[in-house]
Amino acid sequence: MNLGYPVLTSLIFTPVIGALILLFVNRKHENFIRFISLGVSLLTFLLSLPLFTHFDRTTHLMQFVERKDWISEWGIQYYLGVDGISVLFVLLSTLITILCILISWGSIKTKLKEFFISILLIEGAMIGVFCSLDFFLFYIFWEAMLIPMYLIIGVWGGPKRVYAAIKFFLYTLVGSVLMLVGIIVLYMKSGTFNIVKLSQLTLPISLQFWLFWAFFAAFAVKVPMFPVHTWLPDAHTEAPTAGSVILAAILIKMGAYGFLRFSLPILPDASRAMTPFMLGLSVVAIIYGGIVCLGQTDLKRLIAYSSVSHMGFVTLGIFALNTQGVEGGILQMINHGIVTGALFLCVGIVYERTHSREIADYGGLATVMPVYAGFFLLFTLASVGLPGLNGFVGEFLIILGGFKAKVLAGVLAATGIIIGAGYMLWLYQRVFFNEVNEKIASLHPMELREAATLLVLAIFVLWIGIFPNTFLGFMHVSVSHLLERVHYGLSDTMVAAKHITGGF
Amino acid sequence: MNYYLLIPFLPLAAFLINILLGRKLFRHQAHWPSTLAVLGSLVVSVLVLIDVLNGQTLNRDLYSWIISGKFRVSVGFLIDQLTAVMLIVVTSVSFLVHVYSIGYMHDDPGYYRFYSYLSLFTFSMLMLVMSNNFLQLYFGWEAVGLCSYLLIGFWYQKKSASDAGKKAFIVNRFGDFGFGLGVILIFLTLGTLHYSPVFETIGTLSEKTVSIFGLEMNIITIIALLLFCGAVGKSAQLPLHVWLPDAMEGPTPVSALIHAATMVTAGVFLVARANPIFSLSPTAMSVVAVVGGLTALFAATIALVQNDIKRVIAYSTVSQLGYMFLACGVGAYGAGIFHLYTHAYFKALLFLCAGSVMHAMGGELDCQKMGGLRKYMPVTYWTMLIASLSISGIPGLAGFFSKDEILFRAYAAGGVGKFVWLLGTIAALLTAFYSFRLIFLTFHGEFRGTEEQKHHLHESPKAMTIPLLLLAIGAVGAGWVGIPPLLGGGEHFAEYIAPVVGHPAGEATHAEEWMTMGLSVLVGLAGILTAWIFYLRKREIPVRLAEKFQPIYRVLWNKYYFDELYDFIIVRPSLFVARNIIMGFTDGAIIEGIVNGVPAFIGWLGSHVRKVQSGLLQHYATFMALGLFLLIAIVMIVTGV
Repeated sequence: MNLGYPVLTSLIFTPVIGALILLFVNRKHENFIRFISLGVSLLTFLLSLPLFTHFDRTTHLMQFVERKDWISEWGIQYYLGVDGISVLFVLLSTLITILCILISWGSIKTKLKEFFISILLIEGAMIGVFCSLDFFLFYIFWEAMLIPMYLIIGVWGGPKRVYAAIKFFLYTLVGSVLMLVGIIVLYMKSGTFNIVKLSQLTLPISLQFWLFWAFFAAFAVKVPMFPVHTWLPDAHTEAPTAGSVILAAILIKMGAYGFLRFSLPILPDASRAMTPFMLGLSVVAIIYGGIVCLGQTDLKRLIAYSSVSHMGFVTLGIFALNTQGVEGGILQMINHGIVTGALFLCVGIVYERTHSREIADYGGLATVMPVYAGFFLLFTLASVGLPGLNGFVGEFLIILGGFKAKVLAGVLAATGIIIGAGYMLWLYQRVFFNEVNEKIASLHPMELREAATLLVLAIFVLWIGIFPNTFLGFMHVSVSHLLERVHYGLSDTMVAAKHITGGF
Repeated sequence: MNYYLLIPFLPLAAFLINILLGRKLFRHQAHWPSTLAVLGSLVVSVLVLIDVLNGQTLNRDLYSWIISGKFRVSVGFLIDQLTAVMLIVVTSVSFLVHVYSIGYMHDDPGYYRFYSYLSLFTFSMLMLVMSNNFLQLYFGWEAVGLCSYLLIGFWYQKKSASDAGKKAFIVNRFGDFGFGLGVILIFLTLGTLHYSPVFETIGTLSEKTVSIFGLEMNIITIIALLLFCGAVGKSAQLPLHVWLPDAMEGPTPVSALIHAATMVTAGVFLVARANPIFSLSPTAMSVVAVVGGLTALFAATIALVQNDIKRVIAYSTVSQLGYMFLACGVGAYGAGIFHLYTHAYFKALLFLCAGSVMHAMGGELDCQKMGGLRKYMPVTYWTMLIASLSISGIPGLAGFFSKDEILFRAYAAGGVGKFVWLLGTIAALLTAFYSFRLIFLTFHGEFRGTEEQKHHLHESPKAMTIPLLLLAIGAVGAGWVGIPPLLGGGEHFAEYIAPVVGHPAGEATHAEEWMTMGLSVLVGLAGILTAWIFYLRKREIPVRLAEKFQPIYRVLWNKYYFDELYDFIIVRPSLFVARNIIMGFTDGAIIEGIVNGVPAFIGWLGSHVRKVQSGLLQHYATFMALGLFLLIAIVMIVTGV
């Protein structure tokens, strides 16, 4: 599918240009800055809509492709395109950015201009990550995102922001560096950075394993998988609301996306062989992440840890390596982006009023802010996978796929739904039910702007829950193509199995 | 028959109207949309029943819900004999509860919220019973659970109420865990989740076994038992019964509708609906029968000593649900559904009467502080008496026919059936006893409450008493559609439902049928008589018994310590692990230690080796770059590029 104009480039560079414009705006005109940012993000969203309406769901080939030579002596190209696996993430990115700008409207008190510049730069980089079909280009966007995110946490974050920011930066940098090793090795071996071409190569088994680990380091940190998850609670908790939302909704999806875009198609044999290990880590993340939530006393920390559990479902689905698992995994990434994003927005809304994240400082909020309580309940229920809401579709497909791949993995993952109900409902009870806590008795109700941000996400919660095929329909062909590649790509599994027993 | 879609979607529309507009526009008129909607559903349900009686059934998909590879499931509707009965039960009881609540809830600040939830519940329950596949059933299943959660915790300012709601949801999740896996297993073995192809092909699995921890198990047995897990949770059977008594924290009309007549019977409905699966597994059937029988007796023993009138009725519900499972377990699904249907009326009536009593007593629930209410509230008294006679199995009333049918079928089935028949018969004695203990303590004798309460005693308003009278008609006459041939009836109900659930197996002589019937009537009368002696004639007897059998009494009073047990083996360990082991040790010390340790080490190395005191990040970045080249070199050498 091609629209006759470079739609992906326009998506990446509209926010960047917006950020450049902001650079020249006098910082005194705060409202002007806000409206420019909002306008730019809305424009980007509108520009991204053709991806939804004009996407051809019958082909696995890359669409909206743009390709220009960039550094020709190394074969590096400016090569963009989306397929059924990436297209939804681009759309999610453009949507979430609008909400982030809306929610930061009044809550950012210092360096407003720089904040919105950072948000817009992140948006451009995020979209770049999901559209890049050249490994070099991908890596640039991947790293480019780190810096504004580091600043958002470190400058506009909570009391322990510097610690959290450095931890976030180091963790991801260590992972990224290993990925860079992998990319360079891959280039040396194959002579190309072209991801589509790389996905058709037959690499020697031993090299596949080395590369798998190199990529694993980068992606597992981003997801984050157990046991490299401990940056996430700190980063989430200390980040300002918009930062947490972007982290939860988009940034941590990039790890899982990396597995889908690189590990599986480029390293099919290694991926297959590593399935038990990956399923194991995923199940641990689901249960461990869930149980940790039971012990939290901080609202944001609890939701952050719940991400560990939910992303465990995602990686479980991906490494189930069957249709239901992978499609469920992709859908669950979208779902988690919407629901956890929404929960962070919700927390941000009350945090702005109370400046407290301690669960114990709340109680009886349903009496004080009934509409807000309704929204929060909807997102809580989506998070615990209530059928009819979006979380259920993803989780069910993942558990089905996991069960198909390895019965024990499916069964253990399903315990996650019990634990999930436990910590989320307990949270809801402590914040919204019981007697009204004096500290929050006089909070003013939600503003229209706040309600609007939540309403947008609420609509998606219901839409995906009731008509998930609108979204699953994007993936079918690309996912089945990917799975064909993984399962029939190369030599038989015996080789890989031998390699493992042979002393890896 | 296209009008069938109105049945679930009218209440859904009412829910949307109330939840979106109710708070602003009609806070005190919120009963109108909900009540009219459910009345509409009731009328259409009657039309559907007439169609079904004329031999029409329907199985139609509305749209594809989830498609992923070979996994395809629709939102679709199946209307057959079983569905039609459930539709009538749900919409009629729901309608009466809607009307009753106009009187009962009129002053509540959350009036619109209450009616929104009632409508949402009615919608969900109807989706559950009308589904034509397991996944939509699961949708309805969880959605009614949500409504139950919201309505139990309706007065959320009270911690006990919000605790109870949460408990109900989480305990049910334990059951749903099994249920969900059962659904997945059905798909993976049969490739579909729609009832008709599943039931047609389930027989092909009869030879298939899998090994679980070295135990060879038939795959149908596993599926059936997993589905039954869900039923055990939702229908509050042993050992997941603990949520239902606490659910009484909700408003009483909710207890009548959700926790007596409809939602809690969903488990029985599930087993009856999936009877082609259960019937192929004798093991699963025995489990169902024994769990049902044991629960029937177990819950009845607890009800003997409780003083909270709603809790007594709640344990009575658990016990009666046990009867229904007992029936299903011996293959008499028809009898189980028959009891489900009669029970809906007499049990809803009991609860609404209890609500009427509470209304008069200013929220008092302890029957030891009541007495003599007969004079003040005659309608409530007489209707509650009818319901109690019905549940005690007095001939001619609804409960008699269905309970008798169950006990006879159990006896006739033989084997496990004989054992559960015995359990059921003993439970029948206890049922009559505790039901009349409640009647005598509440309505007879002298008033034992405060003067102020006595001053306020009054019969409830018409909006409440008329539903009581209508339900009383059901409690008397609902069973007349299933009079056994032995008493000159035509067994119409069993014949009607047979196309879905078949005929029960097992033979018995007329003499045996007279024997089981006679015995159950006899124990019913004995129970009433004992209650009369204990609570009206010689009131010192129960007190002395309680003293003499102190340990037993204490166990019953504390409900066999189930709550304490779960707290000890599940709740506390989870929190301990979360707070102490994970937060303090694994995440706190080990992982964080390593993570913080490595950069610290690099930083230390950096400052010593290079003596540069600039910012932290540059250090790390430099070292990473160095490491990067080192790593590339290693990989190159190892893989021989």
